[in-house]
Amino acid sequence: MTNETGRILLSQDDIRRAMTRISHEILEQNRASTDLVIVGLQTRGVHLARRLAENIERIENFKPIVGTLDPRLWRDDPDVASGQPLLPSDIPTSVDGKPVVLVDDVLYTGRTIRAAMEALLDFGRASRIQLAVLVDRGHRELPIRPDFIGKNIPTARGERVQVRITEIDGDDAVVLGRES
Amino acid sequence: MTNPTTTTEASSSTGSAPAQVPAPDEVDATSVVRKHLLDLDDLSVAEITELLDSAEGMLEITGRDIRKTPALRGKTIITMFFENSTRTRVSFEQAGKILGADVINVTASASSVSKGESLLNTVKTLQAMPIDALVIRHPHSGAPYFVSNHTDASVINAGDGTHAHPTQSLLDLFTVRNHVGDITGKKIAIVGDVLYSRVARSDILAFQKMGAEVTVSCPNTLLPDEWKLGSTLGDETGFGGLKLACNVDEAVDSADVVMTLRIQQERQDAGHLPSLREYSDRWGINAKRLALANDGALLMHPGPMNEGVEISSEVAHGAQSVVEEQVRNGVAVRMAVLYKLCAPGKSTRIGGGDEAQAQN
Repeated sequence: MTNETGRILLSQDDIRRAMTRISHEILEQNRASTDLVIVGLQTRGVHLARRLAENIERIENFKPIVGTLDPRLWRDDPDVASGQPLLPSDIPTSVDGKPVVLVDDVLYTGRTIRAAMEALLDFGRASRIQLAVLVDRGHRELPIRPDFIGKNIPTARGERVQVRITEIDGDDAVVLGRES
Repeated sequence: MTNPTTTTEASSSTGSAPAQVPAPDEVDATSVVRKHLLDLDDLSVAEITELLDSAEGMLEITGRDIRKTPALRGKTIITMFFENSTRTRVSFEQAGKILGADVINVTASASSVSKGESLLNTVKTLQAMPIDALVIRHPHSGAPYFVSNHTDASVINAGDGTHAHPTQSLLDLFTVRNHVGDITGKKIAIVGDVLYSRVARSDILAFQKMGAEVTVSCPNTLLPDEWKLGSTLGDETGFGGLKLACNVDEAVDSADVVMTLRIQQERQDAGHLPSLREYSDRWGINAKRLALANDGALLMHPGPMNEGVEISSEVAHGAQSVVEEQVRNGVAVRMAVLYKLCAPGKSTRIGGGDEAQAQN
């Protein structure tokens, strides 16, 4: 994997530790909830959600239901020119009355999360929606705040936070670069 | 026959300055913003693949309890059908409505067209109202292209004369892909009334573009003159490499997909066929003929079917038939097309930058 000119902010081990901590925090916050649903946002959030679910199973001996969500059609700023196809959403249960943790790689403006919350409503009335992100880079444009954070990374708008994860990119890393 | 092409409105390269203009197939699907869908001939493989991939996501939405998204909220789509249609019109209407658009249907018989208004004036009239997309079916080849030159709205060809039916081909590709995975190298037999069939033309183009091997079989009278045995089909036409089979059994033999076309009875006064019965005997797809194809071969028909003519009732509703699936997939594919053409651009986005990451 090329490192381009970016600076590595989180290594593979850092990411693993952060994910383990978040798993514990999720359990702490949702004590008796064996009906927990963990929903990853396409595409990298999906893999992070699976890792959280695996951690939780290891720690607490129950497997939370894992779902995927592509909130693109609910965005206020869809980008059809991105060439990214819409991906199927799959939440294999009704979320009615269940606690849901949304998982994404980077929290930035908050617009993706707003769209995701609205999209999620069509799958039922969750008892509670929480948000877990690997990186919070600031610059919120909406009143949205994460419940579980891997790392706070203050950034400038011109910078680019790239999360690489093994399942997609071949390795785990968080890299800070300049906008190309 | 006119040769309408899809117009590329703007070509914005992401990132580094474009030093040279890449060849069409090298153009990243991401860098092209299309306004119209008139034919598939100038879409790159990457663009077609992106539409089919998106249709997967759309198909999931059509299967939900709540089939509604706000993606095209506030957009107005007009379907303008100058020929009768059930599935295509309803399919576009449903696709638009699931995406949250307002869909207005105009039919020739119930509009001022029946009072003699010209196509140009009809379009100008509609254009004077706030509309975002015009879905048009017209008996004359090239009509959507003509319309696209006289409107600011996105024009989507829902079938023009004997020219093209791009969304039908996309849904046929999508249906086959869902069953066989990679289309490359698959054998597609297209049987029937090719002369009048825009579906045949679009499907031949689309399947060949995606790497399939297409064989056409039909009575000589229903084969376009320029394709007659012995004449060359140039690569530049998009039909290069097309195989013709005089005998339907030859075409069907070891095919992965058998697609039979409707005999357009309304266009048979010209005496192309001695009788429907003879056609059915010699070209109709029945269980015996279908057995010549590969095990598990798909049987397709763009509809509406004349059961007992080009397709026997037995196979039309048999285990290999994917006719209803084609209709179901049509909604998802048309959602992908409408979304791609009509969704607002990225102009309102913050700070620009990397697409995948900046959208957090």
